[in-house]
Amino acid sequence: MDTNNCFHCGNEIVKKEEVIFDEKSFCCNGCKTVYEIFSQNDLSCYYDFEYAPGATPQDIKGKYDFLDDEKIIAKLLEFQEDATAIVSLYIPHIHCSSCIWILENLQKLQNGISASQVNFPEKKVRITFNSTKTSLKDIVYLLSSIGYEPYISLDNYETGKKEIDRSLIYKAGVAFFCFGNIMLLSFPEYFEVNEFWINQYREFFRWLIFALSLPSFIYSASDYYVSAYKSIKSKILNIDIPIALGILVMFVRSTVDIVFDYGQGFFDSLTGLIFFMLLGKLFQQKTYSFLSFERDYKSYFPIAITKLNSDGTEIPVQVYDIEKGDRLLIRNQELIPVDGILISEKSSIDYSFVTGEAIPIEKKSGDKLFAGGRMIGSVIEMEVLFSVSQSYLTQLWSNDIFQKKIDQKHKTITDKVSQYFTPILLVFALIVFVFWLFIDVSTAFNVLTAVLIVACPCALALTAPFTLGNVLRIMGKQKLYLKNATVIEQLAKVDTIVFDKTGTITSNKKSNVEFEGDELSINELVILKNVIRGSNHPLSRKIYDFLPNVSKIEIQEFEEITGKGIVAKANDSKVMIGSTTLLDIPNENNTKQTKVHIKINNDYKGYFVFDNQYRKGIEELFERLNKKYELKILSGDNEGEKENLKTILPKGTELIFNQKPEQKLEYIEQLQKQGKNVMMIGDGLNDAGALAQSNVGISISENVNVFSPACDGIIDASQFSKIGYFLNYSKNAMRTIYMSFGLSLLYNIIGLSFAISGNLSPLVAAIIMPLSSITVVSFVTVMSNFYARKRY
Amino acid sequence: MSVIYILITVSIVVAVVFLFAFIKAVKSGQYDDDYTPSVRMLFDDELKPNKSIKTEKQKSI
Repeated sequence: MDTNNCFHCGNEIVKKEEVIFDEKSFCCNGCKTVYEIFSQNDLSCYYDFEYAPGATPQDIKGKYDFLDDEKIIAKLLEFQEDATAIVSLYIPHIHCSSCIWILENLQKLQNGISASQVNFPEKKVRITFNSTKTSLKDIVYLLSSIGYEPYISLDNYETGKKEIDRSLIYKAGVAFFCFGNIMLLSFPEYFEVNEFWINQYREFFRWLIFALSLPSFIYSASDYYVSAYKSIKSKILNIDIPIALGILVMFVRSTVDIVFDYGQGFFDSLTGLIFFMLLGKLFQQKTYSFLSFERDYKSYFPIAITKLNSDGTEIPVQVYDIEKGDRLLIRNQELIPVDGILISEKSSIDYSFVTGEAIPIEKKSGDKLFAGGRMIGSVIEMEVLFSVSQSYLTQLWSNDIFQKKIDQKHKTITDKVSQYFTPILLVFALIVFVFWLFIDVSTAFNVLTAVLIVACPCALALTAPFTLGNVLRIMGKQKLYLKNATVIEQLAKVDTIVFDKTGTITSNKKSNVEFEGDELSINELVILKNVIRGSNHPLSRKIYDFLPNVSKIEIQEFEEITGKGIVAKANDSKVMIGSTTLLDIPNENNTKQTKVHIKINNDYKGYFVFDNQYRKGIEELFERLNKKYELKILSGDNEGEKENLKTILPKGTELIFNQKPEQKLEYIEQLQKQGKNVMMIGDGLNDAGALAQSNVGISISENVNVFSPACDGIIDASQFSKIGYFLNYSKNAMRTIYMSFGLSLLYNIIGLSFAISGNLSPLVAAIIMPLSSITVVSFVTVMSNFYARKRY
Repeated sequence: MSVIYILITVSIVVAVVFLFAFIKAVKSGQYDDDYTPSVRMLFDDELKPNKSIKTEKQKSI
């Protein structure tokens, strides 16, 4: 192998840590072990499907001890009877065909597993196993050991099997059946030649068509009647009223036509129309089944945690069963599920996800710990103060905003247009009807029904679903995943953008310290690390974490000068750590990077440089957005970065710090009261309230498969700089819709000119309706693809 | 009774059978995952040659 990438996971190999096995190079022992497992079990063709498909297995010792608990297992299992059990596990790493292959061959790796099936779009694997031969815990360990660690959270504990609503597909299927058969059967009559053959069977054909139209009319179109009825009741004129009216009139008129032998009726157009509209609905219903937009703290919290009994034994306990006064054991990287008091001497806790503070907080014995923080460091003990539902963080979810149904929050563009369309149509039909009454009564009824049939806004109703559905897919390909199509309409209306700071405009990656200068000797490293240990400055903590572990030595002198740095003496060497002014060296005046300079014995060694952590392209993005939008930064962090941010961001960007989750929510509400359409972009649980309150809440995520709070859309962090493009694109999408509204109205006018003169034959209707639908659909598809190519 | 009645009845019955088959397929969840099966069907062929190579190797040892 001449590449420098790991054969298993594809990561770059650090030369010192390279592991060579079986003539292949690996980045670490973990990857090598996975390869060993696979090759021993004849599964090495895992590597044939995709180049370097694997993931490094993580250390999970003790993490899944709760899977010994029968009660928890019973909740997680999908099915259990005698020895057979079925479990569905969500595995975020599933990403390629190799993954499918290995996970469907699990039975080769572990005795007792009888079958496993992957659902790729949902990133789930469904495993059937014999519970006497193996256990859920063994399976989870096996999966973790090959780099496919399942994600089990409190959310799994509550939701049972979800019912999938497939009624729309059934309806479309039935509609297509009716439409196809009726089309076929009504064909002979289109060419009304007074032939003996046709005359003989006309009755039979017509009544057969009538019978075939019934399922479509009664079942497939039922949604439109319900929706029309609801909107009349709530006194809003939505698009479904003219549609339902059109369908109804069409059916009645056609039935009358065939009963009295006036003609063949409009059953073909009727069923075609229903089918096309259902197709539009189906198209708009694009969902990203592997993403969830409704998550709350439950999918972030663990399902169980280790409890310490009074006699010192450790048992796993379900998070809901934790009671006040319990003692819990929290391991490194574990989440604190409840509020409590720290009993161990010292710990540091990363609250970045909850409060937006970037730097882990030091806690001492007796300090209060809030739920949601991630423990960093060695094992700690804590005593519980509140149960889960009463904890500080989880209280946020009792806010009203989370109870609202999002669907009813907005009025769609189609509804807005139909507000004008519907009354105009009704008035128009009435005028024409009255006009014809003076001339010929029977034609008057004819014309009235013809107007209602032709004006049925089929093309109008198709425009938005097809445009938005297409835009949704195009955005999804570019890694902005929206919850549904109405979000696009909201996106187009946005005039104010609020950003969270930590994790949103800064990246979450930890390793952002680098040393530049002469290489430090071991002795110098020892001195540096020991000196820095004494400082509590955030930058010192970062350098401390960055430096390798060394032996402890005694510090002879130590002085910390606020705002400048540290002057100290150890091993008889004088050390200066800090800013250029302290070290008395020329300032390069590069404000965008934070640097800490090092001088040992008056010898300048170099500096530690801190990446400015801000995402790539942020300056450009803000510059561009600033022209059209009001920009605001809303951070839970302290003001430490304020000056730095001011230099990066354009003037006029409002910066607000020290915001609690509720305050963020209130701030958004305040903006909305001023008549602003707010888009909130955030990432953490602390933004959850603001995301729910804002008109469009977009959550940003380094890895879209892991947790993100409830929102209207999820954007991949790598696409952050494209936010401007997405906003622009959604505006163009709306423009497309307006243009095609014009187009479909044109068809309505053409149809009406036939209708008013009393000349609407079934054949004309059968041509106009599909024609208008097809032109509108192809127009919006072409336009939305054209706009997708336009950059800014 | 003309033959046309029989023909049309047959054609409608066939159509109903297909509609029924479609609904049944949707109900069983066949359309829920439209990606995995397309990948899965390519696998069986690839497993066998790999295995035979392995066993040959072991034999030669």
